[in-house]
Amino acid sequence: MALLQIESLEMISGLIAGSLRLATGALARWHGCGPELRQRIYFANHTSNLDGPILWASLPTPLRMKTRMVAAHDYWSVGKLRPWLAQRVFRAVLIERKKPTAECNPLDTMLQAMGEDHSLIIFPEGGRQTGPEPQPFKAGLFHLAKRRPEIELVPVWMENLNRILPKGEILPAPLLGSLVFGTPIRLEEGETKPDFLERARHSVICLRGICA
Amino acid sequence: MNLDRELTWLIAGVVGLLIVASFITRILLKRARTEGARATLENVAARTRAWWGMVIIFTLAILIGKTGTTLLFGLLSFMALREFITLTPTRPGDHRTLFWVFFVITPLHYWYVLDEWYGMYSIFIPVYAFLFVPMRSALSGDCEHFLERTSKIQWGLLICVYCVSHAPALLALDLKNYAGENAKLLFWFVIIVEISDVLQYVWGKTCGRHKIAPSVSPNKTWEGLVGGGLCTIAIGAASWQVTPYSPLQAAGMSALIVLTGFLGGLVMSAIKRDRGVKDWGHAIAGHGGVMDRLDSLCFAAPVVFHITRYGFDSHAILQKF
Repeated sequence: MALLQIESLEMISGLIAGSLRLATGALARWHGCGPELRQRIYFANHTSNLDGPILWASLPTPLRMKTRMVAAHDYWSVGKLRPWLAQRVFRAVLIERKKPTAECNPLDTMLQAMGEDHSLIIFPEGGRQTGPEPQPFKAGLFHLAKRRPEIELVPVWMENLNRILPKGEILPAPLLGSLVFGTPIRLEEGETKPDFLERARHSVICLRGICA
Repeated sequence: MNLDRELTWLIAGVVGLLIVASFITRILLKRARTEGARATLENVAARTRAWWGMVIIFTLAILIGKTGTTLLFGLLSFMALREFITLTPTRPGDHRTLFWVFFVITPLHYWYVLDEWYGMYSIFIPVYAFLFVPMRSALSGDCEHFLERTSKIQWGLLICVYCVSHAPALLALDLKNYAGENAKLLFWFVIIVEISDVLQYVWGKTCGRHKIAPSVSPNKTWEGLVGGGLCTIAIGAASWQVTPYSPLQAAGMSALIVLTGFLGGLVMSAIKRDRGVKDWGHAIAGHGGVMDRLDSLCFAAPVVFHITRYGFDSHAILQKF
């Protein structure tokens, strides 16, 4: 019975991933790396609530099964549908972004979620932006890179999703989105936090030109 | 739609053409020596495969009847508009306008087409949607590039929805000695539009020398236009029996389709070039986006529709002039 439930959930999540790709026409381009089954952290610019689900949906199924998006607890725990999607379908890692305490430190939650074989999707700007340029990154990515130096950090540029579902809107406009996966980066020996975060931000921004 | 003998012949002819095309591409691909020739032929092979898909979908829609066909064109309009607006920079202030455009105006327009309400679908987008779009955008309070943004949305609606919808509207025309046979006219029209595109491409690729508008589209040559155009006119005239036209009229209509289709392709290329892209999207493998296949049809459909309506209607509207 439990097995059956897991299988049907897998089917539902595959179905949802497929419809997300169809609805947004999302075209994923693997520019700087291939879709390999290895532990990675995908980090991207953040402009829409669709970003996480779309990035997740764009991964090939074997990768998708092993990839969890990190999302805000305050958004994904409202109502009935969002918690179901977050927990059952996306298997999101919900973190407290407002006031991290010693007991619920987002970093520990993320590290625990990764374990030995899971990848993460994170949006290091800390929230959805409305400006044309990505905002400076929060420190989380740096700490993750420091604690797990062997993991590939893959920059991703997400194009047009803010036009499909902008911040503050409920109804979507059916435009076409696209994503570019860039060349993985790692924390260099002796690199400072601000330097690394700025380099990471630039690795995302410079993928924009490839999108056009 | 009743599958009479002429429609069967039309379908069989197209399928035959595709079989021949697939066969020739395969042989040429085996013989290809240079890398460049290979790449071109791979693209031709991908295009031919996509043609199979498109022909099958279109034939099924025609066989299902008017509702199926109108629905198919509605879907194509939706996809084309999606590609058009994606490449057009709009601002957050247009978001709700776009929601209306995609989910209310477009379906409503096709509903009027399906309902055969000529008086309504002829003015719904040029008048009512034209006025609605700026009104809705103004309400959201963003003045930057207002006229530019508004015009682009209106233009997209006119080209992708209004113009395209004149193709399925052919089904509702009441033509002299042609009652119940309109599906053949639509089939013929779409085939001639696309054959004109294909033949101009083939002629241009094989013996194109003199470019017509190199800054807009380096692929369009005089040799392609004349060679492909004449072949298309010959095919159009030869298949006059399936149309409501005489052989000469069918030739003339084909010439009109070649010309409007060519110029339409040129216009849409100019927009693509301005936006710095080669294709409208990636919906059809080998072809690019939906709009890359629909561009000629957009410009040919309204002209063919109205000339047919005025010239061949059973109520002989011409006599009123």
